[in-house]
Amino acid sequence: MSHVLAVLEQRDGSLRKVSHEVVTGARRLADALGGEVHALVLGAGAISGTDAAGRFGADKVITATNAGFAQYAPEGYARAAAERAKAGGYGAVVLAASAQGKDLAPRVAAKLGMPLAADVTDLAVEGGAVVVTRPVYAGKALLKVKVTAGPAVVSLRPNVFTPVERPKAGAAETVVVPGDGGRVVVKGIKAAAGGALDVAEAPIVVSGGRGLKEPANFKLLEELAQAFGGKAAVGASRAVVDAGWRPHGDQVGQTGKTVSPSLYVAVGISGAIQHLAGMRTAKVIVAINKDKDAPIFKVADYGIVGDLFEIVPKLTEEIRKLNG
Amino acid sequence: MAPKFHGVDFYNTDSLLSEEERAVRDTVRGWVDDNLLPVIAQCYIEGHFPKQLIPGMAELGLFGANLPEEYGCAGLNNVAYGLIMQELERGDSGVRSFASVQGALVMYPIFAFGSDDQKKQWLPQMASGKVIGCFGLTEPDYGSNPGGMITVAKETADGWVLNGAKMWITNGSTAHVAIVWAKTGALDDQGSIRGFIVPTDTKGFSAKDQKGKLSLRASDTSELVLQDVRLPKDAILPKSGGLKSPLMCLTQARYGISWGAIGAAMACYDEAVSYAKNRLMFGKPIGGFQLQQARLAEMLTEITKAQLLCLQLGRLKDAGTMTPQQVSLAKRNNVSMATDIARETRRLLGANGILAEYQAMRHLANLESVYTYEGTHDIHTLVLGQEITGINAFS
Amino acid sequence: MKIAVCIKRVADSETRVKIAADGKSLDDAGVKFILNPYDEFAVEEALRRKEQAGAGEVVVIACGPQTSQETIRTALAMGADRGVLLEAASVPADGLAVARALAAELQGGGYDLILFGKVAIDDSNHQVGPMVAELLDLPCVTCAAHLDLAGGRGTAEREVEGGMEEVEFPLPAVITVDKGLNEPRYPALKGIMAAKKKPLEVKPAALGTAGLEIVAMTLPPERKEGRIVGEGAAAVPALLQLLREEAKVL
Repeated sequence: MSHVLAVLEQRDGSLRKVSHEVVTGARRLADALGGEVHALVLGAGAISGTDAAGRFGADKVITATNAGFAQYAPEGYARAAAERAKAGGYGAVVLAASAQGKDLAPRVAAKLGMPLAADVTDLAVEGGAVVVTRPVYAGKALLKVKVTAGPAVVSLRPNVFTPVERPKAGAAETVVVPGDGGRVVVKGIKAAAGGALDVAEAPIVVSGGRGLKEPANFKLLEELAQAFGGKAAVGASRAVVDAGWRPHGDQVGQTGKTVSPSLYVAVGISGAIQHLAGMRTAKVIVAINKDKDAPIFKVADYGIVGDLFEIVPKLTEEIRKLNG
Repeated sequence: MAPKFHGVDFYNTDSLLSEEERAVRDTVRGWVDDNLLPVIAQCYIEGHFPKQLIPGMAELGLFGANLPEEYGCAGLNNVAYGLIMQELERGDSGVRSFASVQGALVMYPIFAFGSDDQKKQWLPQMASGKVIGCFGLTEPDYGSNPGGMITVAKETADGWVLNGAKMWITNGSTAHVAIVWAKTGALDDQGSIRGFIVPTDTKGFSAKDQKGKLSLRASDTSELVLQDVRLPKDAILPKSGGLKSPLMCLTQARYGISWGAIGAAMACYDEAVSYAKNRLMFGKPIGGFQLQQARLAEMLTEITKAQLLCLQLGRLKDAGTMTPQQVSLAKRNNVSMATDIARETRRLLGANGILAEYQAMRHLANLESVYTYEGTHDIHTLVLGQEITGINAFS
Repeated sequence: MKIAVCIKRVADSETRVKIAADGKSLDDAGVKFILNPYDEFAVEEALRRKEQAGAGEVVVIACGPQTSQETIRTALAMGADRGVLLEAASVPADGLAVARALAAELQGGGYDLILFGKVAIDDSNHQVGPMVAELLDLPCVTCAAHLDLAGGRGTAEREVEGGMEEVEFPLPAVITVDKGLNEPRYPALKGIMAAKKKPLEVKPAALGTAGLEIVAMTLPPERKEGRIVGEGAAAVPALLQLLREEAKVL
């Protein structure tokens, strides 16, 4: 019997939604290992939204505080998480492969002297060992990997482990972490112009390419995204990011972000292989393009051929009606 | 962003290249994809050479790449030099012409026929692209017969006076320096031909672009006029003498062109294959129709032959045994096959093939010039004929 | 400035993936191998910093098979001073094993900076850089898209969800770099020739025991064939109906 430590993520004193996915993934492992899920969140004080951890399956929620932990403190967080993992004798440690998680997970794993199975899209326990699936070669292949040394440190690809309500006690504990945040100090986050919703974490992504013709025309996609009621982010192809129309953080593709939303709408994007690498795992893909031979139609579940300047406003109007 | 080119290598000729040769080829290939291809169609339409690329080309070391390191050059072997020309011409024949002229027709004669002082003075500056040169051999009435030239250089007390006109001179209007070939003796004395380094700002020298070109539009082609151009004694290339000297330069350039033509052919073939696989007609890709497959098979065959031909030619050059006649065979064959491939690609592309956004027609138009310059196809035919039979059939 | 750059030889991003006969790896027949693109930014950064400082050394270190020497030579052609190959028949799936081998080589090297590309485009593990930092007990910043160094300290900007995170840290440090940090130079042709003559040491990689084992590599399931719902704005209602009733995403 082994417990699983789920390392959650907060920003500005609030639990980030991706943490629900982490608890869900940890719960799945814990059920297979026959143990509990202990959620750990690090911050400077109480973190709001931590009750959700119990709802998604955490037996315990530990808030570990330190004055230097308000912002992400790479060294302090890694020390605290690793010490907790060692002290608790966990069979597995689960994090999100978010921007923070990609930084934190390797540090925790190295501190534990354990391997890190990173950015996984599936996990299970087979013959007592944690076995994960992770995409490689820009998603062109899947690797099934067995963790042969324990505890398994695993990071989950965001937007893949759909949170599942599995209410558990979620008993809250607070513990003070001694020491400071460490040598690497995060001063703050400069917010990007666009929305708070990141393309890698949004359930719906509406992406635009060169077919939009001008940067100002991205307004059409912003309006469409808004019509989905706060669930959609606007993405961009490499061409329009390179042209300076959209920020790099919005880029979907091999040299941008890999996204896995429930719905991906590609507008005026031809569908170069490098773009497909970034969104091919979306649950449903819709393509809107005036060229019926555009490669994007080969991967799209549904396509509309025609003038996006007519189609997108109509789509926005209809989605608004749907959402009331 | 231009899509990356992946090469055409049906017979794994890559395995016959050294790691350095592959690295050189890959570097220039990437540079061409990133810097030349995005601008070339526009330059071609507007009719100007993309001058802004000169510093980048110089920094990479593309000028006089097979000349020794002591002059600031890359010191590459001739196969690597050929691969550079291949990749440049895959971009555009006019841009490759710029590099050919600078390297083989300006830097090479200074290297081969110049004094130590001349080499030290000019070669590093030319390698770095600070000084651009041109090669003045061809005249309005003397193309295939350069020995008939009427540009003269009369010796004076303190130097030389040159009079004459040259035509079809690549880089003429932008060059800082012209390597001019002139007769120092009687007009019927080919042996009196010598080479001269002429700074283009010398009084009496003028260069004017030839207008109305429908080929090599992304290249400067000029007329040179020399009217009592006075030069100091040390303007002469001391080791030059006779028609042999400029012909040796031409052999260098023709060697590079043999490789260059493969590049143009590859660009067209790649475009043809991509189009054939994606263009749907009558419910299937046009690449599924027999006539298009025949076109593509022919193209691949010719490119493969030319690759192996050039590779051996390069090895012979590096071994020091290459003959001008061997170069004639390669230039003649490769430019001819490349022109055919460009034409067939143009046709395969259908109506789209007449647009500048596709490469084929630009390459086709360019290759018509390449077919004619540096020894016309027919001249090289007679070079081979004479080599085979021993009988001069030129006149 | 003494700078180490850890690099990796990877399959070109446009490789068509075929599974090898062992069912666990890439069939490398006909595959083009290149310097990991993110590592190019790291090498370029190292070269610039050394040039700015006026003096120093840039050492590139790779862990991998013999063929990785070609990749090291690419970095030498860009201008790095010497290379080290930690030889391993194949790069283990366990990033910690690679980190151990690199840390052993870097230990005691007196480096002011140790740079990595943020991620290798083949295995997308995203971990070796920070693991090496842990093993060497050095400060580490990952995914730096902007970097300023002055007076023994540094500031970096890294992309996070919704914006750019600003980070401060002391030197020496380990930094993994992101696209956009700089514009990598092409190896000058002279550099390609010079690379042959630069020192390249080959030693066995001290990997230790790997803690991850590859069970299988498979191709992802093919997406089911989709369809064009219609043309123009008139097709929108039909699309919405399908998204609601068939795909059930709305």
